[in-house]
Amino acid sequence: MQTFLKKQEIFLRKPLNLWSRLCLIAAAACIGASFLFPLWEIRLVAPQYRDGLELYIYAYQLQAGNDGQHLDEINLLNHYIGMQPIREADFVEMTWIPFAFGIFILLCLRAVVFGRMGNVVDLFVLFAYFGLFSMGNFYYRLYTYGQNLDPRAPMTIEPFTPVLFGTNRIANFTQYSYPDTGSYFLIAFGALLVVAAILSLREKPIDPYETR
Amino acid sequence: MKSKRTTRYLQWVPLVAVIPILGACAPDEIARDFDRRSAAEQSYVAPGDFDDYYLFYSGGHSGNVFVAGIPSMRHIVTIPVFTKYPGKGYGYDEVTKELLGDYTWGDIHHPALSKTDGIYDGRWLFVNDNAHNRIARIDLRDFKVKEILGPIPNTSGNHGSSFVTENTEYIMGGTRFSAPIPRGEYAHPEEYEERFNGVITGVQVGQENGEMSVGWQVLTPPFNWDLSSTGKGPSSGWAFFTSYNTEMAHTMLEANASQLDRDLGAAVNWRAAEQAIADGNYTEIDGVPVIDPAEVPGVMYFIPIPKSPHGMDTDPSGQWIVAGGKLDPTATVFSFEKIEAAIEAEDFEDEKRGVPVLTFDSVAEGQVPVGLGPLHTQFDGQGNAYTSMFIDSQVAKWRLPPWTDEEKADLESVVIDKIDVHYNIGHLVAGGSDTREPYGDWLVAMNKHAVGRHLKVGPGIPETSQLIDIRGEEMRMVKEAFTDKEPHFAQILRADKIDPIEVYPRAENTHPHAIWSFDDAEIVRNGDSVEVKMISIRSRFVPDIVDVQVGDTVTFHITNTEQTPGLTHGFGIGEMDISGNIDPGETKTYVVEMDRPGVFPFYCTVFCSALHQEMQGYLSVRPAENSE
Repeated sequence: MQTFLKKQEIFLRKPLNLWSRLCLIAAAACIGASFLFPLWEIRLVAPQYRDGLELYIYAYQLQAGNDGQHLDEINLLNHYIGMQPIREADFVEMTWIPFAFGIFILLCLRAVVFGRMGNVVDLFVLFAYFGLFSMGNFYYRLYTYGQNLDPRAPMTIEPFTPVLFGTNRIANFTQYSYPDTGSYFLIAFGALLVVAAILSLREKPIDPYETR
Repeated sequence: MKSKRTTRYLQWVPLVAVIPILGACAPDEIARDFDRRSAAEQSYVAPGDFDDYYLFYSGGHSGNVFVAGIPSMRHIVTIPVFTKYPGKGYGYDEVTKELLGDYTWGDIHHPALSKTDGIYDGRWLFVNDNAHNRIARIDLRDFKVKEILGPIPNTSGNHGSSFVTENTEYIMGGTRFSAPIPRGEYAHPEEYEERFNGVITGVQVGQENGEMSVGWQVLTPPFNWDLSSTGKGPSSGWAFFTSYNTEMAHTMLEANASQLDRDLGAAVNWRAAEQAIADGNYTEIDGVPVIDPAEVPGVMYFIPIPKSPHGMDTDPSGQWIVAGGKLDPTATVFSFEKIEAAIEAEDFEDEKRGVPVLTFDSVAEGQVPVGLGPLHTQFDGQGNAYTSMFIDSQVAKWRLPPWTDEEKADLESVVIDKIDVHYNIGHLVAGGSDTREPYGDWLVAMNKHAVGRHLKVGPGIPETSQLIDIRGEEMRMVKEAFTDKEPHFAQILRADKIDPIEVYPRAENTHPHAIWSFDDAEIVRNGDSVEVKMISIRSRFVPDIVDVQVGDTVTFHITNTEQTPGLTHGFGIGEMDISGNIDPGETKTYVVEMDRPGVFPFYCTVFCSALHQEMQGYLSVRPAENSE
């Protein structure tokens, strides 16, 4: 046990070489890029909507196909089953996710400057937590929309949870829900953290008490 | 090895067995069967696929324009123009009521697509009203009438219209039924020669917005101006007209207007007419500057044309002008070069009321013996002309000049092919024939008598339109379709030339009473006048109860807030004779007088959604307060 902890400590004290630091800069850029693209795409296809109704979820905004018209159309259709209208203002996470992204970029740059393996590990753990929490939060949103149907709505359907990842059939619609470009940048961010760590695995740990 | 060869021979056995059977059928029967099949393939457009061309038919006295696709010939949509059309809510809202005016019908003969540089530009389709002397402009962005000009002053029976010039500067028009002018002036028809007049009209078109106005008119003797076409290339700036009744008969025209061997057509220099207006050489009659061609030389020349001619079509090069003889079995080809030379040399054979008559032999290139009753001519852009023959029920394909001396000696030799059409063809249309670059693949023959061509439907028989493939040396009949009364001329437009909208973008809605939120829906009373701002959206009207009383004038401003293609909502009021249609993103205004008490349902007439039946409301009209 003692040796394990010792090894851990040595590992976390490993310095990051130039390649690792470049990786971290690239990772920070990925976060920036993910801000520009939708993180998730939800698409509803039915015979009379052959090209589909498209919703794009960004870190900070909700966008819909045909200049936003698709969101109005989805809400219009959803009113028949008594679903609450989907409104950007209801997505509180769209205020704190950009804040979190900013923190990731700062922590990334901090790791570049401080250059310790421990910084990368911190960042990765925090990011993994952020990822899991966001997915959970997203799922809860979908659950809330699908479960709280107005009982006075014209059409009565069994409450349901729109699918988070994959495809699902609701009445005449097939729903497709998949990560979009922004999420790929986030995955790239996680992957770059791992690569940064691997590239510096062979570095010798720095003795914190050693002075030059 | 040997057995293999035997098998190979054996596979021919069934075919060999079939040959005697085939031999038993008439060979042309088989050929026809193959023909029929390939024709079916040519015109087949699979479900879900698009046609290659739009076909805009004039709807004659139905007052509508019919839109079909080529090559399938399927009718796609009807554009109401001069007639109320409840199916599209046309003529019920305030805007279309005003467009229609007081007339209940119009007689559309000649649709004309707008052009830029002699090519269809896909902006507008103009149609004439032969009955009430009007011209309508249809916007091809949404396939709706945007403007109706007229009745045009001083004219009566605007038949030779609407033919547009190379850059849509003008739409040509002409008086078919001469009358005393200005309109309203009285003279007995017996005073026809002295007191009646015709005019040729240049309707000016706004280059940006397409808005029409009467630019000028040229005063003419009381001939019956029939058809026209506009010049291009060398003949740019000119328009050509046929007339019948040079005899100036006022009764029994059938015989009395068929006495002369040649009638007088006209070449009108519209640039010279513009100049005359600019120079002030005109008299204003009923608000229109009218040019007397006897006093302004160079504006108009008469051209003798055999006999009671009908069509007057300029070829894609602008060099040849072809007149159909109607009572003469030839198509006369005039050379614009020769017309210019004759004008230059003052080579006139006569003069009629101060207007020079060009010498026929000096301006005619030749008379092609096409057959009986030649009416209209279209062009394929490859040097061929196609003339419809009413009496022969045929289309003749023939070659335009230049001709060799040998050919000129026997013009029968330039006739390449003839095809039967069923029956009594009037107009025919080849895609882009009146442009510099015809499409050259399809021709549609529009026939006046369809007797025996269709399932019997009682005495009111339809018309036939026949699609003819003109890509080969010989013409081939491909498809037959039926239309309601009554296509005259048509226009063909390549489908990719336009990209019409299917919803009105909300941002473009400028109606002062448009609303987009249920919160803005309201009913406001001001004395006897009640204004309702209403929303229609799947599947409801907001508000859906409208309380008023007898004596009120109720104005509904209904906004269809949908932005989804196909989601037009109707607004029908039972027993109040309102059939409204509000397209997605559109706001329309309906004014209804409350003349009796009762409760009147209003409902969506256009099937919109699963709960379309439920899309309804009540107009609740209580008795007038003072009557109780």
